Amino acid sequence: MGLWRWLSNSLSRWRERAGVRGLFSGLAAAGAATVAPAAVLPDDKAEAMFHVYDGGGVKADGPAFLVRKKLGERVSLSAGYYIDAVSNASIDVVTTASPFKEKRTAWDFGADWLVGNSVLTLSGSTSREPDYEANAVNADVAADVFGGMTTLSLGFTRGSDRVGRTDRREVFFDDVRRWQYRAGVTQILSPRWLMSLNAEAISEDGYLGSPYRAARVFGAFVPERLPRTRTGRAVKLRSLAEVLPDTALRIEARAYWDTWDVRGRTIEIAGTRKFGPQWLLDVSLRSHKQTAALFYADNAQVDTVFVTRNRQLSAFNSLGLGAKLTWKPAAAWAERYGVQVTGVFERKRFRFPEFIDLRNQRPYAYDANVMQVVLAGRF
Amino acid sequence: MRPERGLVGTSLALVLALLGSGCAIKPIEPWVKPYERERLTDPVMQWSRASLADRHREHIHSVREGARGAVGVQGGGCGCN
Repeated sequence: MGLWRWLSNSLSRWRERAGVRGLFSGLAAAGAATVAPAAVLPDDKAEAMFHVYDGGGVKADGPAFLVRKKLGERVSLSAGYYIDAVSNASIDVVTTASPFKEKRTAWDFGADWLVGNSVLTLSGSTSREPDYEANAVNADVAADVFGGMTTLSLGFTRGSDRVGRTDRREVFFDDVRRWQYRAGVTQILSPRWLMSLNAEAISEDGYLGSPYRAARVFGAFVPERLPRTRTGRAVKLRSLAEVLPDTALRIEARAYWDTWDVRGRTIEIAGTRKFGPQWLLDVSLRSHKQTAALFYADNAQVDTVFVTRNRQLSAFNSLGLGAKLTWKPAAAWAERYGVQVTGVFERKRFRFPEFIDLRNQRPYAYDANVMQVVLAGRF
Repeated sequence: MRPERGLVGTSLALVLALLGSGCAIKPIEPWVKPYERERLTDPVMQWSRASLADRHREHIHSVREGARGAVGVQGGGCGCN
């Protein structure tokens, strides 16, 4: 009993001197210093976009819409609609099949709940095209801690796709199951500097190839043969800092590796500058480089269990240079509804040293243009 | 048994000595106060200003490249390539 009392008294003295009580009350006070929770729901908004991708014989364009609206103080709902009208005359298509057109339509819905210092998000999406259906459900949580200076996030996605081909009477013949696990931390480092570290693991199980794509073995075209599982991991570090008044610099670096032996590194550098109250300009440079999958071959000289000629799984590099200009009209109605118009243009260059263009027997390369026009506001 | 008992006893004595010594541990306080975070809400300091545009851009990357993930935009699959 005497020992217990001595221990108890010693602990109390230590806590007082060491400020341990202060540690917790300090954190609580920092959190309570903001009368409202540090976490906030996304702002209400409506966006309408027209997008175009044109490169490598593929042209995909169409509209997209997004609406987000709060219900009360703690719930925000969102819905989106997206169309890709595709004309496909890519190198795979023109050398082994024939050009085609098709349309892909996608919908997504989401709900965000503000619970204390956290935002919980549940969302779902579905995509339909004549020979592919993709469905996914996502759960995410983001919590503000450490006086709102640190945001921790966790997320999970479960996807389920149906794979088919339109040249058969029975369109759908296989499926894909997907699991994605995400974790991230965003840290405010100074009043003008943020950094964020995100990691994601993606696991897939099922038919992971394309029923239309051919591989080449000893010069002859055969259907590609891919493993039925793939697990990839990605880690991305990014920094955003206001380096000059009204000018910010964003740097991002991502490393990717997977069980098919594809290793990729992606680096993006962007600068953003405000020109007066109405204009905002972003300029970005993005570089992606990756190694080939273990069973990739432009023309395999060995007969292996798995073989693919999918150039997306070859060793290639791409460089993109883009600019984004945002304009806010000066009128009172535009200010009231937060109206802004954004135009984006990006030029991308793809080089495939290990994929031979059968039309001229040289390594394949192409340039692509990406254009977007977005009208945004709130209501 | 005797060496282990001696080790446990020594460790317990060290822990008790530390507790009773009153050594100070200074807590880390958040160093950017809420009233200093105004610049972080400026449009130039946003990771993303146009959700649809960023989603479309990440869709292009995930379809055209073999690497994907950790981009902060949740998208579903498609038979695009």
